Amino acid sequence: MDNSFVVSSSPHLRNSASTSGIMRDVIIALLPAAVAGIYFFGLKALLVIMVTILSSVISEYIARRVMKRDNTLMDYSAVVTGLLLALNLPSTIPLWIAAVGGVFAIVVVKQLFGGLGQNFMNPALAARVFLLIAYTGHMTNWVNPKGVDAVSSATPLELLKTGAAGIPSYAQLFFGNIGGCIGETSAAALILGALYLLFRGVITPEIPLTYIGTVAVFTWVFGGDSLFTGDALYHILSGGLILGAFFMATDYSTSPMTIKGRAIMGLGCGLLTSLIRLYASYPEGVSFAIILMNIAVPLIDRYTVPKSFGGEKAVA
Amino acid sequence: MTFQRMFKGGASVPHLKNTAGCETIKMGVPQKVVIPMLQHIGSQCEPCVKKGDTVKVGQIIGDSEKFVSAPVHSSVSGIVSDVAPMLYPGGVFVKSVEIKTDGKQEIHEDVKPPVYKDNSEFLRVIRQSGLVGLGGAGFPAHIKLAPPQHKKIDTLIVNAAECEPFITSDYREIIENSWNVISGINIIMEIMGINNVLIGIEDNKPEALKEMTNVAATSDKINVVKLKSRYPQGAEKMLIYAVTGRKVPPGKLPSDVGVIVMNVNSVSFVSEYVKTGIPLIKKRVTVDGPAVANPSNVEVLIGTSLSEVFEFCGGFKAPPKKVLMGGPMMGIAQFSLETSVVKHTNALIAFDEKAAVLPKPGACIRCGRCVFACPMNLLPLSLNNNALKENIEELNKYNVSDCIECGSCSYACPAKIHLVQSIRLGKSLVRQAASKGGN
Repeated sequence: MDNSFVVSSSPHLRNSASTSGIMRDVIIALLPAAVAGIYFFGLKALLVIMVTILSSVISEYIARRVMKRDNTLMDYSAVVTGLLLALNLPSTIPLWIAAVGGVFAIVVVKQLFGGLGQNFMNPALAARVFLLIAYTGHMTNWVNPKGVDAVSSATPLELLKTGAAGIPSYAQLFFGNIGGCIGETSAAALILGALYLLFRGVITPEIPLTYIGTVAVFTWVFGGDSLFTGDALYHILSGGLILGAFFMATDYSTSPMTIKGRAIMGLGCGLLTSLIRLYASYPEGVSFAIILMNIAVPLIDRYTVPKSFGGEKAVA
Repeated sequence: MTFQRMFKGGASVPHLKNTAGCETIKMGVPQKVVIPMLQHIGSQCEPCVKKGDTVKVGQIIGDSEKFVSAPVHSSVSGIVSDVAPMLYPGGVFVKSVEIKTDGKQEIHEDVKPPVYKDNSEFLRVIRQSGLVGLGGAGFPAHIKLAPPQHKKIDTLIVNAAECEPFITSDYREIIENSWNVISGINIIMEIMGINNVLIGIEDNKPEALKEMTNVAATSDKINVVKLKSRYPQGAEKMLIYAVTGRKVPPGKLPSDVGVIVMNVNSVSFVSEYVKTGIPLIKKRVTVDGPAVANPSNVEVLIGTSLSEVFEFCGGFKAPPKKVLMGGPMMGIAQFSLETSVVKHTNALIAFDEKAAVLPKPGACIRCGRCVFACPMNLLPLSLNNNALKENIEELNKYNVSDCIECGSCSYACPAKIHLVQSIRLGKSLVRQAASKGGN
């Protein structure tokens, strides 16, 4: 009997948190936005969501097989990537392009760099940017969600940028009756999911708050015809800002691990997003801002090593 | 007095204080005892008895010339049957004295109430008692009570936080011997010239808080502090911060911020020893865990084998798959039940098959839960990565040596990574490198 004891390092007690549980929470939190997207853009949106999830999951399975590594489907991270990617695509996207996005996100961005936790860019966002550059026409073919006969239209940010007529109201922006990606249409649905993530402790508020706060201040100060006349609320509610701030910039693998680091990340994302939106030719800047900051994360982590408890110990 | 001052992080571990209501039961004299020569942090003692010698209760059977050490006494009367390296609770072999008991428990003639006139004589007496920190660390008490002259000590903190799950041995001391605690405090206060005593107890032990507050009311120098129940509230640095607001800097000792921290059982022992002169030869041990038939608090003679203690508690109701000396957060997993209860043993926990399952570590998702859990403000995931890469420079950069091994990070990790295990490896790598004078 004596030889049968398990001998291991302390602690001998673990809590019930698990990676798959966290991923499941993220999926739950994204459901309102997905449902809103399907409601406003119709069954085509549902098809896009199913295609990206399937292609992500199959890519994950095959990539792990080929690399002779453990099957990691059960951590649900591939499902999260697929779902996030779909929410970042227009509903008009040809399904084969959506599928290519899933393959790119999983194989190139995630698994080639070592899999879960090792990727240096958010896979879904990197795939979106890849598709945007490779298939610009398809990726910017927006439709207005109203009615069955969807007609090509512009996103609220494009309208704002070009000064065209038909700028949607705050209520439309908030509840989702606007053109854009599947997941970014309804701020209300996104906030509902975000509150769930905060409540469950899956994400901490530093990144979303500093991100959205920075965009609000910057666009208020510089976004109008003269200083301090910008429409900050419009900028917050339109485009992918809420989706990006709560669900993409907070991605564990590609965001800093300390509170201070996370605040810096949010600030950086906010500045880049505002700069792109106000001064670049492209109307939306969230994707680029986040993946640029993703690249800076190792650097941020390096310069935000906290001092130990009671610490006057110098930290390099 | 309630303090809301809290360290950052930690873990809300289950309390599992099943034995809180179990009055201490005295266990009889076993057939034999095995008394290791190392029952403290510091230098190992040399046995001063040999095979065939007759020994009595309280007789010194091992001592050391070294500064950081404490003598070891016989807990029984009988005949020394062996002096050899034997399995020690830490999993290594340590020179030990095996004694066949005669059951008479004759007290050795040197055992008499100690006499002391001043501080230095008191310290000699404490050394003679064999007292080491009874909270689990086992640091020799006479050294703790003798900080360097230039460090002015103004506060004695009595640690009764008992934040580890299962363990109730500190709690029972307060419930059963609160006056001993007070009288021990008074002895130490007087001899050390300390005028401020704070007794820290977690708020999940209202009975102990009430009892201690009642008896402490006799002195306006002694105050009971109600602590928030959160692991590791009883860790020395966290406790000092909670009750005084002082933070012990990395690499420094409590005496550097003017405090001495003693476990409640240690304080109580001082009083008992001054009264009777009987050295540290017995210990209250909480015996619990899913595999134990009758969870109990047992007064055990030091040197008694774990198997006999478990037997005394009705044996096992399920096959034990993992046996811990100490609590589930910081306790040491045992290879065998033939090791002995030592001075700083405060609990024996036996897990059944289900509780003993080792979680399979997955990939780190960098969620930061370990960072938020670390009460020392470290980055466990970076320490883990650099320990596995044996990168000593980076380990130092991330302050690996400040880790107190409380286990909060591993507890919180959703990927079930064995963080503390690799951080321990990292700490020893850094120690080795430093002793080589490298880097």
